Amino acid sequence: MTVAAFQVEGAKSTVSRLREAARARSDKVPIEPTRVDAAMKFANYQTEGFFDELFTEGNVPREHARALFERIDALPDGELRRKLQMAERALMRLGITFNVYGADEGSERIFPFDIIPRIIAADEWDRVERGLRQRIRALNLFIDDIYHAQRIVADRVIPRELIESASGYRPQCQDLDPPRSVWCHITGVDLVRDGSGEIYVLEDNLRCPSGVSYVLENRSVMKETFPQVFDGLGVRPVYDYGSRLLSMLEDVAPRGGGANPGIVVLTPGVYNSAYFEHSFLARQMGVELVEGRDLVVFDGYVWMRTTQGFERVDVIYRRIDDDFLDPKVFRPDSMLGVPGLMEVYKAGRVTLANAPGTGVADDKVIYAYVPEIIRYYLGEDPIIPNVPTYLCWREKDRSHVLENLDKLVVKPANESGGYGLMVGPHATPEVREEFRGRILANPRNYIAQPTLDLSRVPTMIGEEFEGRHVDLRPYVLFGRQIYVLPGGLTRVALRKGSLVVNSSQGGGSKDTWVLGPNGARGNPPAQTQTQSQEQSPEC
Amino acid sequence: MLSRVADSIYWMGRYIERAENVARFVDVNLHLLLDLPEDFEGQWGALVKITGDYEDFEKRYSSADDESVIEFLTFDRANPNSILSCVLNARENARSIREIISAETWEALNEFYLTVTAPRAKGDAGSNPHEFFRGVRKACHLLEGVMSETMSRGEAWHFSRVGRLLERADKTTRILDIKYFLLLPDASDVGSPIDDLHWTAVLRSASAQDMYRKVHGRVTPDLIVRFLVLDREFPRSTLFCLSEAEHSLHAITGTPHKTFRNLAERRLGQLVAELDYTDEQEIVKAGLHESLDQIQAKINRVGDCVFETFFTSKPVRGSTLR
Repeated sequence: MTVAAFQVEGAKSTVSRLREAARARSDKVPIEPTRVDAAMKFANYQTEGFFDELFTEGNVPREHARALFERIDALPDGELRRKLQMAERALMRLGITFNVYGADEGSERIFPFDIIPRIIAADEWDRVERGLRQRIRALNLFIDDIYHAQRIVADRVIPRELIESASGYRPQCQDLDPPRSVWCHITGVDLVRDGSGEIYVLEDNLRCPSGVSYVLENRSVMKETFPQVFDGLGVRPVYDYGSRLLSMLEDVAPRGGGANPGIVVLTPGVYNSAYFEHSFLARQMGVELVEGRDLVVFDGYVWMRTTQGFERVDVIYRRIDDDFLDPKVFRPDSMLGVPGLMEVYKAGRVTLANAPGTGVADDKVIYAYVPEIIRYYLGEDPIIPNVPTYLCWREKDRSHVLENLDKLVVKPANESGGYGLMVGPHATPEVREEFRGRILANPRNYIAQPTLDLSRVPTMIGEEFEGRHVDLRPYVLFGRQIYVLPGGLTRVALRKGSLVVNSSQGGGSKDTWVLGPNGARGNPPAQTQTQSQEQSPEC
Repeated sequence: MLSRVADSIYWMGRYIERAENVARFVDVNLHLLLDLPEDFEGQWGALVKITGDYEDFEKRYSSADDESVIEFLTFDRANPNSILSCVLNARENARSIREIISAETWEALNEFYLTVTAPRAKGDAGSNPHEFFRGVRKACHLLEGVMSETMSRGEAWHFSRVGRLLERADKTTRILDIKYFLLLPDASDVGSPIDDLHWTAVLRSASAQDMYRKVHGRVTPDLIVRFLVLDREFPRSTLFCLSEAEHSLHAITGTPHKTFRNLAERRLGQLVAELDYTDEQEIVKAGLHESLDQIQAKINRVGDCVFETFFTSKPVRGSTLR
């Protein structure tokens, strides 16, 4: 597939041809030196008082985005639009789609894609990366503690009843010891930036975060349709995510399991909305993609049914929720899981990634305690702050929330995907009243946060560019050590003014470029030999 | 390889082959009709009869004319063997095994799917049927080529081959059998130009016309039977397909040739041996239609045995921790 073709450096001749073509084209459209800091195609672009990832308040491209706009300006008129259409066609042809629930067949959609990338400067990314490492280390220690001695409860940092009432808390996981004491192997932390330019963590997503396949495919499509803007910018590559994921899963294989652990990706099946991603990741790693019915437990191990009999499975990257993993332990009506799986897991004969029970820290009330969690376990101040959060179960917070429903975003503590939340300033008085009732009926289940002016990125709307709000979901792997994929998924709210970026609610995505420290590339590989007219001087 | 995955790739192969065959014989019949007197409209029913789906067709369509038959064989979702159903099923199977097939295979199949499900596909098939059916055939050939050039000769490849070859073996016998269903105005037409035209159409339906002429030259019924059922070199002859399927089956299991370790190998081996040691005279003497019918039944049995041997879950030895 194209991913491989373009990312293997050996595809040199094609790439260099494309580069030459790009140069030839930019020669024809000379950029006058005086125009360097004002992008022509963006002459009418307005940041409208929002923090823009690529432009300053004066509507001038930011330093780290300048090279991009120079290149875009060098493109002939209408070329960007054509590129976008090319990219969309490529996504459709490749079948890079998600399923829409509740609709009939033909319900596969491409995840809308925007051609203007979001760019992150090297030094800013360094801080984000350090912040994520810190946060994941602390959260992992927290989860391990919750299912062991619960020191953090004994030391009165977090009230016991909050832990036990979190919907992701699984008492069945008490005293489990996953290999290397790693619980949250794969995390997709949601980051947002507000009007002041400060970056916050919005959600941690410690269960089954999705979206990483779009990061890889977006990049691949961008490179195919837009090779000339990449050249020499030093955008940090993302193509090795699959092999990083694979080595992480190998790192957490059960102790004493042998040199070549059997690794699988467990999917709920072809009708799941993220099915494309499940199969994509299995393919990237070269491992089997299994459904619950392919697995069976006997003789103390998990096995998969193959054409040659049973094969042992040691590590399961599962993309189904805790509740469905094992009908004997969790929901008895689950058809997706594997009866007896948890028994094998408890015996340490199979690894589940992520471990069951990590959802306890996804509860938005527990989330509010993460800065405390970082201080408690690491003795450090958080590098990336939380969004200030009001907890409705606290009387003082609650009355503040109820008085300011028109200003705040109210969220249920246990939902994700943008469901069930209310954006106060955009809500009707009726909806606000409805939420007042819900909060009073179940204060534990509601939190509120200030409505952030999410940062924006220029986005192609028709023939013009307009600012649209974005967030960022970097992916973090935790095995032997912590790895942060440079960049992540930039989701963009395509509806004007909308702050909800979820794909289920009209969101799209953008490629995310993290620039290298000095824009440098590695050494180019040796050229492939071609038939030569002349003798090489050394011969 | 996972049993479920093997099942999916086997059926992906079968459905692609099925779509190609339907496209081929509908197209050939369209050609044929232009050469026949107008009262030969009754030919259309024969096309459905050879697929074995006539009962279903009769229930839902009032008459067997060009429009209803093309609709039934091409776009009818309720007909599980229509081209559209085959492509949808092939893609649905492929979608569940994307990590097994090469990305290029998926892409080719997905593009095929986008073509036949495009809103204008039906209009195109009506206004320019040859173009449309040729497009279907080309898409199937492309898929086979892409798979051949991008997939390792491992289990996945061989399961798709077994599926595809069993399907092709079956379809070739059915194409040959169309003569049984086609109407001749009266018995004296046997050996007439119309009869000749029919036999040529049969060859063309199996993409066999050129290769046949190279080997046998003259068009005679017996030699056509020999070519389409027993030829050892023509890639669509029943015997050729079954021998290749046998080869793939043994590549999957590692069982030495001419021996068997499971029912699929046994039944397929028996059928190949039977065809290896027969000739066209014997087939015709026993009644062409009856002989072909028997071969079809035996191919179906091989298919059942493949399912039993490789795709069903085997019994489990208890399920508690030791």
